[in-house]
Amino acid sequence: MRTFLAVFFKEVLDNIRDRRTLASALIMGPIFGPVLFAMVINLSIDRALDDAESTMELPVIGQQHAPNLMRFLESRNIDIVAGPEDIDGAAEAVKTGQHDVVLVIPEDFGKNLADTIPARIELYSDEANSQGEKEKRRARSALRAYNQQLAAIRLSARGVNPMLLRPINIDEVDVSTPSGRSAMLLGMMSYFFIFALLMGGMYLAIDTTAGERERGSLEPLLSLPVTRGQLILGKIMATCVFMAASLMLSLLSFYVVLEFMPLEQLGMTPNFGLPVIAAAFFLLLPFVLLGASLMTLVASFTKSYKEAQTWLSVVLIAPTLPILVVSILTLRPKLEFMFVPSLSQHLILVDMVKNEPLNGLHIAISVCSTLAIGAILTWVCARLYRREGLLG
Amino acid sequence: MIKVDGIHKSFGKVHAVRGVSFDAPDGKITGLLGPNGAGKSTTLRVLYTVLKPDEGSASIDGADVVTDSLAARQKIGALPHGAGLYPHLTARENIAYFAALCGIDKAEIDDKVSSIVRLLEIDEFADRRTKGFSQGQRTKVSLARALVHDPQNIILDEPSNGLDVMATRSLRRLILKLRDTGRCVLFSSHVMQEVAALCDDICIIASGQVAIDDSVDGIRERTGQDDLEEAFVSAIRMVGEE
Repeated sequence: MRTFLAVFFKEVLDNIRDRRTLASALIMGPIFGPVLFAMVINLSIDRALDDAESTMELPVIGQQHAPNLMRFLESRNIDIVAGPEDIDGAAEAVKTGQHDVVLVIPEDFGKNLADTIPARIELYSDEANSQGEKEKRRARSALRAYNQQLAAIRLSARGVNPMLLRPINIDEVDVSTPSGRSAMLLGMMSYFFIFALLMGGMYLAIDTTAGERERGSLEPLLSLPVTRGQLILGKIMATCVFMAASLMLSLLSFYVVLEFMPLEQLGMTPNFGLPVIAAAFFLLLPFVLLGASLMTLVASFTKSYKEAQTWLSVVLIAPTLPILVVSILTLRPKLEFMFVPSLSQHLILVDMVKNEPLNGLHIAISVCSTLAIGAILTWVCARLYRREGLLG
Repeated sequence: MIKVDGIHKSFGKVHAVRGVSFDAPDGKITGLLGPNGAGKSTTLRVLYTVLKPDEGSASIDGADVVTDSLAARQKIGALPHGAGLYPHLTARENIAYFAALCGIDKAEIDDKVSSIVRLLEIDEFADRRTKGFSQGQRTKVSLARALVHDPQNIILDEPSNGLDVMATRSLRRLILKLRDTGRCVLFSSHVMQEVAALCDDICIIASGQVAIDDSVDGIRERTGQDDLEEAFVSAIRMVGEE
């Protein structure tokens, strides 16, 4: 026990003294997530606002041929501007990205309309240009609405009920709650917590293994009258402390960022108050042991500090994989998922943020299986430290 | 008292140590002498238990280095070749860390550390972080670290490597002092003069085998060479001819 504590306190002190590394670990990890998240949210708020309120400019060639249509478009918040000279110019302007869409109204538009011949208009766009998608969709739906309005007027003029053309009325009902909608966007934050957690202890995990060997301090250490199991346990626990600290910091910084985010504008009210933060901390805490022992184990196999860094960046990414697979396949939480670390924490965290009732069994399995895997990895580390090949 | 009995050690295809045996008694300085790559370090690493011998056995004050390695480690202070320090800790903290790991009581650690700091004359830089220490300063701190728990057996792997004249002299004085208090000192070197100036017994190793193991006078006699350097060369030739 004394050996364990001596190693533990020495490693903690050593890491705290290493200011630059500590700063990169405790600031990079917890700050990186919220900042990225704030950027994504801001972007989607911009887009959402665009759709609803902003006016859109639509270049039109031959406006004089359809004054009524122009008025209709203006009533739908679309500004009519003068388009290019001719049709060739329109195609060119769309191709070069000068305009996203150009509407062309032929000279005979009014005459055809009057003769009830389908009056042709042309909407130029570039299907390959995904940035113009929104403009295109808006112009198309405005034109379709005008088309339907004219049809209705024609039918009424002939004494026919225009409702005949609408046998079905589709009403879409969105049952998602504001908290539920936020979970989609906030779904990625569970990975940021795991990322920050792992970052917090990564350098210590390297320093206590590959770093110690490279420095030449491992051999004197192993020649002391201590059992190697205690040495490695002290090292892993010190790494755990920094991982837990980093996790706490990242939860708090997310909380602060969400306070300042206008999420209501996106129709989201995430359930992410201080009680949820505390719950999330304890939910993710078992992952700390797993992360620390896994990183220590991987770093122990490497020959140098640099090699350890390379391999541990793979470990940083690994926890995303199960989350990614489940997100792509949009699978609902299931009992067997709870045995997979990182995935189980992700799924439970999403439910917490959605403010849905939590499944106690799921939480118990998640905590126990993650702790068990962490304990097994710690035991493997201790075994590894008994091998002489460790000295490299 | 260190006893080595016919140890073998291979790394892959390299048979580094081929049946080395010798005794290093208490109150004497035993020098392990040999050219580079002779197997000196490997032998010492077996003794401070970071390597396990493929064959043969070794014991420290009766504790077997394989079957009772914890007890064996308790009785030694080891200075491995190229030993490194923790750069973010001060010299004193480096020494205190090892003292704590050796099981010294918390209350005694400060006293022990201070006395070893005085003994090795490292007061001047004891409270500085070891980052940027010179090779000599590092060696002294590593040595202090190895001796802080007052071990009976002291194993030093090329301790004078990279030391200047003054540092080498103070290291020699220290080794003699340790011997005079009845310690068993075993150290390796590839420098003939150093071994000759210091050792009571010399064990010459070449190609992983003991070429000759005797007192300094005994070696002169057996090789028929008055000059120790000539004796060294002819002892190594003897192994080569076998």
